[in-house]
Amino acid sequence: MNASVTVNSAEASANTNGASLLQVSDLHTSFSVQAGEVKAVRGVSFSLDQGKTLGVVGESGSGKTVLARSIMRLNLGDNVNTSGSAVFEGKELLASTMSEMQTLWGNEVAMVFQDPMTSLNPLVKVGRQVTEHVRHHLGASKAEAKALAIDLLKEVRIPEPESRLNAYPHELSGGMRQRICIAIALACEPTLLFADEPTTALDVTVQHQILNLLNREQQERHMAMILITHDLGVVAGRTDEIMVMYAGNVVEQAPTAALFADMQHPYTEALLRSIPRTTQRSHTRLAAIAGRPPDLIDPPSGCAFSPRCPYVQPKCREETPPLQATDNSGHKSACWFPVGTPENKEAFEKNLAARLPQTMSVAEGAMVNTEMLQEKAATQEERN
Amino acid sequence: MAGSGKAHLRPEGDALVSVEDLVVEYPVAGGNTVKAVSGISFDIKRGETLGLVGESGCGKSTTGRALIQLPSPTSGAVHYNLVDLTKLSAEAMRRRRTDLQMIFQDPISSLNPRREVGEIVAEPLNVWGPKNKAKQKALVDEMLNAVGIDPDVARNKRPHEFSGGQCQRISIARSLVLEPEVLICDEPVSALDVSVQAQILNLLEDLKKKYNLTLIFIAHDLAVVKNISDRVAVMYLGKICEVAGSDELYENPAHPYTQLLLVSSPEPDPTVVLDRSDTSSGELPSPINPPSGCRFRTRCPLADDICSSQEPQMQEVGQDHFVACHHPLIKVAEAPAADPVWTEA
Repeated sequence: MNASVTVNSAEASANTNGASLLQVSDLHTSFSVQAGEVKAVRGVSFSLDQGKTLGVVGESGSGKTVLARSIMRLNLGDNVNTSGSAVFEGKELLASTMSEMQTLWGNEVAMVFQDPMTSLNPLVKVGRQVTEHVRHHLGASKAEAKALAIDLLKEVRIPEPESRLNAYPHELSGGMRQRICIAIALACEPTLLFADEPTTALDVTVQHQILNLLNREQQERHMAMILITHDLGVVAGRTDEIMVMYAGNVVEQAPTAALFADMQHPYTEALLRSIPRTTQRSHTRLAAIAGRPPDLIDPPSGCAFSPRCPYVQPKCREETPPLQATDNSGHKSACWFPVGTPENKEAFEKNLAARLPQTMSVAEGAMVNTEMLQEKAATQEERN
Repeated sequence: MAGSGKAHLRPEGDALVSVEDLVVEYPVAGGNTVKAVSGISFDIKRGETLGLVGESGCGKSTTGRALIQLPSPTSGAVHYNLVDLTKLSAEAMRRRRTDLQMIFQDPISSLNPRREVGEIVAEPLNVWGPKNKAKQKALVDEMLNAVGIDPDVARNKRPHEFSGGQCQRISIARSLVLEPEVLICDEPVSALDVSVQAQILNLLEDLKKKYNLTLIFIAHDLAVVKNISDRVAVMYLGKICEVAGSDELYENPAHPYTQLLLVSSPEPDPTVVLDRSDTSSGELPSPINPPSGCRFRTRCPLADDICSSQEPQMQEVGQDHFVACHHPLIKVAEAPAADPVWTEA
């Protein structure tokens, strides 16, 4: 890999004193393409402790996958530029050579990918794919590796593990294949697992099983996990902390319960509002987020969410809000007019008066829904 | 059902589309047949949205395609406006299909990458509509505007220049340009982000009102199906398990499978207690050799002898609420539900 990597060594050495398993600071990744420089990750910092789960949430193109791949050093190619620092167990990953990384991959840091159909080699039997790491990293004999593979398949709840070892990936269902991918990732007992949209390609029932499986394995092995997803429903009950990303930046970061109880960033609020819920009546008007994510070659000045934000003010378009702590619980957000504050309400009223389209659509959506509820209540009364 | 029966069908004449005993089977290697859909019946009133929900492999897409005879079902009847589509000649069916249009799951691969958007949306008109270019352009522009795409910007671009959500809008415009009565949506939002998904669902609701459409909405996400549907049919392995009004189904699920789906659906709320038991594991059995009796019995916590010997029939358990189960979670004419079977104590 020829990708250029710049390490802020001063910061890196300062962070090695911390007790965190993974300490990422000011990570930037960009890709040079014909049209310019795609700034996919624009200064992300976080730390993750042993045994904890961090959820990374955002739309497609928000930089969550690139972030994970940058830390793993999986972004290959001449056109990749990474800077910042990612310290894992006291070791600067961004300064490591590829052969040093090879001793970490699978062994200390592992990854489960989104698409279980394409992340397995179709020409190699499942058994060999599961035991590959163990044979390579731990020098296990064939017989030992086979015994371990059977144990692993049992652990990920694959029925008849002995016979499945001789199966090719195409003979298994999507859920089974994702279980195999998890078994591969767990084979060398890594201390950090990246799960990049592990259930997006799966059915709800299978998704539920796979998430339960990941949670259980994580607790039993005291492994840290970074769970990447676009679905706030997936991370709600299964993470310790959540980081919401938009256009390569972290816009809000908080312990899971605090994030849901007190959403501060308009993007987080909008993301949650756009999800249909089984607790809502049918035909509830969904609050879609107007517009689309910005162009990362030439991101908007000021707050990247400002062109879509219902609370946008002139200040938002000019100055980039910093990610700052709002209380002592570790809740951070990057917004000039956080949701729930009087300034935010004032901004909303102002935009409503100015008939800003995105503000109008939020207000109309709320109105349509109240009208619908009233109508429904009225018909209910008539029936009675 | 994972059973049969027609108790849930409404009086004839009420329904715009009604399907009876639909069977779709495909021959596979070794002389076996895949029983994709095994005798299902349902009906849809004019202006109604019917949600078809179930896991991959339950036959929901096959059902959608059998409605427009692509391919024709192995047996059974599909009535549209009191005409049995399965008995029509190929040419008569071709003419009838303009009334029943379809949109697909993957918006990008369902558009021809080599053609311009204007041509893509005008293609149905080249076959059926006015051949006059000016009239075609007016219709195409109207349709693109209706789905929220600026025709002047989009007309001469190709699909790769658009995002997934925009491609889905274009594909909706293409399906509506012939002014169909019925729109079959086969997982139209599964490949999209949540924010874009909300835009497309709102768009479908608006278009349904504007053009008086009848929708068949196929999806595996229960929350999405509830949001858009008036009535929901839950499918499992080629059979219908439960049919009810959308709100009723989610408040009082009567089939253990419906409840399993509901429990598995992730709620964006950290205070909801998750079911972390392993009991809900288990895979869809092979549709080549489906279980006897109730097809869900291999995964059902309530299954007993009668479930393996007798196929449950549709029975009414509430107002317009039908279930095919020997041990429904709501007893017949008694509400609300018994204890949920999937949550741990």
